[in-house]
Amino acid sequence: MKLKISGLMLLTFIMALVMGACSSDGEKNTTNSNSSNGQTTADVPQDIVVRVNDDPDFLDPHKATASISYQMIMNMFEGLMAPETDGSLKEGLAESYEISEDGLTYTFKIRQGVKFHNGDDLTMDDIQYSFDRLMGKNGGEKMSNNFDNVASTEAPDASTFVIKLKEPNSNFLYSLTARQSAIIPKSNDGKHNENPIGTGPFAFVKYAPGTNLELKKNEHYWQEGLPYLNKVTFAFQSDDQAAIMSLMANEVDLTSVPWHRVSEVEGSYNLSHQNNNSSLIVTFNETKAPFDNVKVRQAINYAISKSDIIDSVFAGYAVPLGSNMSPAMGDYQKKGLESMYERDVEKAKALLAEAGYADGFKTKITVSSHNDIYSNIAQIVVANLQEIGIDVEIEVVEWGIWLDRVYFGRDYAMTTIDLTGRASAFEILNDYISTNDSENFFLFKNEEYDKIMTDVLKETDQAKQKDYYHRAQEILAEQAAAVYIADYQIVWGSDKQVTGLKSYPFWFHDMSEVKFSN
Amino acid sequence: MKKLQRYTNKINLFMGLLVIVGFLLVMMISFFYTPHDVNAMNIPEKLRGPGGHYFFGTDEFGRDIFSRIMKGTQTAFAVGLLTVVIGTVFGIIIGGIAGYVGGWIDEIFMRTMDALMAFPGIILALMLVAVFGPGIVNTAIALGIIAIPAIARIARSGFVQQRDSEYVLAAKLIGVKPHSVMFRHILPNISSQIIVAATVTFATAMLAEAALSYLGLGVQPPNPSWGRMLKDSQAYLIGAPWYTYAPGGAITILVLGLYMLSNALRDFMDPRSKS
Amino acid sequence: MMYILRRIILLITTILLVSIITFGVFQILPGDPVRTMLGTEADPTQIENLRSELGLDRPLYEQYVDWMKGLLTGQLGNSIRFSMPVKELLFDRLPVTMSLAGLTLIIVLFISLPLGMFAARRQNKLSDVSLSTVTQIGMAVPSFWLGMMLILYIGLQFSFFKISGYIPWTQSVAGALSTLILPALTIAIPQIAINFRYVRTAILEQVQLDYVRTIRSKGMSEQNVMYKHVLKNSMIPILTVFGLIMAEVVAGTIIVEQVFSLPGVGQLLITAISNRDFPLVQGIVMYITVAVVMINFIVDVLYSVLDPRIRLR
Repeated sequence: MKLKISGLMLLTFIMALVMGACSSDGEKNTTNSNSSNGQTTADVPQDIVVRVNDDPDFLDPHKATASISYQMIMNMFEGLMAPETDGSLKEGLAESYEISEDGLTYTFKIRQGVKFHNGDDLTMDDIQYSFDRLMGKNGGEKMSNNFDNVASTEAPDASTFVIKLKEPNSNFLYSLTARQSAIIPKSNDGKHNENPIGTGPFAFVKYAPGTNLELKKNEHYWQEGLPYLNKVTFAFQSDDQAAIMSLMANEVDLTSVPWHRVSEVEGSYNLSHQNNNSSLIVTFNETKAPFDNVKVRQAINYAISKSDIIDSVFAGYAVPLGSNMSPAMGDYQKKGLESMYERDVEKAKALLAEAGYADGFKTKITVSSHNDIYSNIAQIVVANLQEIGIDVEIEVVEWGIWLDRVYFGRDYAMTTIDLTGRASAFEILNDYISTNDSENFFLFKNEEYDKIMTDVLKETDQAKQKDYYHRAQEILAEQAAAVYIADYQIVWGSDKQVTGLKSYPFWFHDMSEVKFSN
Repeated sequence: MKKLQRYTNKINLFMGLLVIVGFLLVMMISFFYTPHDVNAMNIPEKLRGPGGHYFFGTDEFGRDIFSRIMKGTQTAFAVGLLTVVIGTVFGIIIGGIAGYVGGWIDEIFMRTMDALMAFPGIILALMLVAVFGPGIVNTAIALGIIAIPAIARIARSGFVQQRDSEYVLAAKLIGVKPHSVMFRHILPNISSQIIVAATVTFATAMLAEAALSYLGLGVQPPNPSWGRMLKDSQAYLIGAPWYTYAPGGAITILVLGLYMLSNALRDFMDPRSKS
Repeated sequence: MMYILRRIILLITTILLVSIITFGVFQILPGDPVRTMLGTEADPTQIENLRSELGLDRPLYEQYVDWMKGLLTGQLGNSIRFSMPVKELLFDRLPVTMSLAGLTLIIVLFISLPLGMFAARRQNKLSDVSLSTVTQIGMAVPSFWLGMMLILYIGLQFSFFKISGYIPWTQSVAGALSTLILPALTIAIPQIAINFRYVRTAILEQVQLDYVRTIRSKGMSEQNVMYKHVLKNSMIPILTVFGLIMAEVVAGTIIVEQVFSLPGVGQLLITAISNRDFPLVQGIVMYITVAVVMINFIVDVLYSVLDPRIRLR
């Protein structure tokens, strides 16, 4: 009996010890975190922690290709032109520019007094170096295909830069933002990845793989008064559900909020909705039977319920699409296409019968596991298509396998993916779809479409360009190139004190005007 | 005191069997009947709370969670049993040969098993699923391979112990063939340990399937799998907590039942507790 | 001495076998590191450039041989995904995982030992039976779910706990604890159940032995019997289990680091596999195997120290 008590006492003692240690540390920590995060102190420290899903692929802006990288590194770099939030362009490092009548010569007046993060002045040499590096002209490998059309580049004086093209290209200015051609200092050659230097509002501090990327304020930034933040930390966290909890626990200041959890943070956090400008599609391998038959593709379009997908996968935070072009692109978008295929099971069955598949068929949808939205969409596709007799099996594979097999290998029947947003209408319509493009992974082939995509580049008149783009969108819808589902919104949740967030029609966490205010 | 010990074991045995027989019954029923169609989506009815029309509520597609839990027993037993079969068959063969033959073969076989065991199971599963592709059968193959080393070790030590016993020597003397000695004579004598290990393997397979689902792989939707449901429910932890408790509870109860059964079996078969 | 030598040879063979298995699996693993890294935006020029830059256009066995050569000179090569030395990445992550594993073990020990002793004392009483059942529930819960529940019901309720990231010990002890306690508990809970059972059984077995009856009859106090003799002699079987538990803990860190966004080795391994980063996977797998095998080795040696009879076998 005596022993029993002592056993219990030992246990309680240990428990008390553990608990005691926790709580006393707890108090210490709260005071610590108060002084470091300073959420209760009067002057608000301008340090932000932004949660991002994954590491950048490269910090070198010419090497990086993953859209997740630009989300972060575009804060460090600038190009001759800069993106605007509405999808248009404004002057960046170039103060002004002129395009010759024939559309071949671009003359840029370069801003004076711009300094790199290391304090060096931006010179014509650096601009020349950056373009030479991209085009593979200074000994290295060619790093981009965007400048194949460039005939020559030159700097006639210390503030002018001239680019001559071989053929007119109405989309060329879009290749001059930090995303395609960041201007980097020649003196940093060979170290652009380990120690990136640019002219952007934030300078590189430290990159800890798998943990975070730290940036600090660029004290010499040419735009007066910007940026406001002293420190920006991009923290990598892959689990969306854990990320929202980190926001609730005040460990991050800005993160995307999973759609279904918006109601949990509404009120206590600032929410902003960004039209992603991406197009979420369900698509098919169009060289493979039965998807080579336009009637089958149309039948599938009639059978799949966009609103079911929007409601259940995105909790309503998405805009239905009728082609690749999202309403985020303003009047580049042809309106009304999204209702071309209102759900109609009977019509779908009839079309299938006309195509010779009255009894339906069996097929497989291959989706990537890196985000649950794909397998969730696939489940709705399965349920919808079952109603018209198509029996679909879901195959979930890792992202790497999806890229290998579906995207590059094109060995698949059906898949679903979101096509990343681009700032230019041309790229949105040309990439992935036109046979002019190597990324055409659904192997869509339509001569009229390809011709439009070639002709539009030679057209200098904006209004006429838009007509071309509208016709292109109609073709995609009529030919049922894919099932265009929706442009889903990204809901950003941020600390109440965070202001000045800008949203672009592509992935970019622009921190230049962000600040904490009381 | 011995009596009381037996009593505890009986509780374990009873509870373990109760759980397993219960889930088996549910599985039988699910072949013929579930309250709702398991894969029928009804988006306007999504994330309804439990009670009334939907016993455990509905998921994000408006599917009945209770029906999916019922149907999920099929997936659970399919993955579990297949894993156990693969693990024990190959484990006994490898461990048996290693233990019975000994020498170099023993070294090679067992060092390979050590190497497999040094690998964290979930990593091996991840790589094997990437190789075989996802799905119930492929997941079970991957998990089965991971289960082999543990069973092989048990089988080996059993065979080593029995190898020199009198009845084996006697069998050898009268000219019984080696494979016959191994599987007809030795195997039945170590079967109790293997049965205990197999029960544990079943339980770990359930947990490993859930972990694979957490990483986005494993059993393919829309087949109802508890692991996948548990993963999907993470997005609704606060808004629809019933969604997470149903599959979480199902996995926990079945695994608990299996552990209790294995503990009871171990104690009953332990020669020391018999004396 | 022969015993230890034999163990070292075993250790090397195991590591070699593990590296061959990883290599073999990688041979047939679909997916390409460069494509995975660059994603859908890459143009073919960039993919080809990067591939030749990294030497990935060479056959895989050549890469393996190179890797083995590097290993002999103490080099683990460069990670494909992070374009950094594997060694550097690994050393950055090791403190996190080691702290997590260490804290987990302490929790397991401090809870399972007293619980096991208590249960053994109350053998077959209601408290014993219910303790066995309750601890078993801990074993039966999927670990990522347990982690999520801990975040939800403890992490978010008490501001002390951090639910993502890691603060190094050197920076703040309290900070490190605040990031590690919940993940450590997540791994520890199932292990407590296992260790608890073993402690209980080991003590029960000792108590039934003749020497205990003898010293008891000599009038030694129960306290002394328990702590001076029974516990000490039960340590040998408990130690064996502890070796197993250490291995389980190392494996447990993988999923749990994912749930708590802890930048440890396990998280790195998951990333490395999904990126098909062969040098990095090999490097980490080597580390984990060495750790697991070393733990077993140490346990075996300790075992032979505690129980001299083993050395004779």
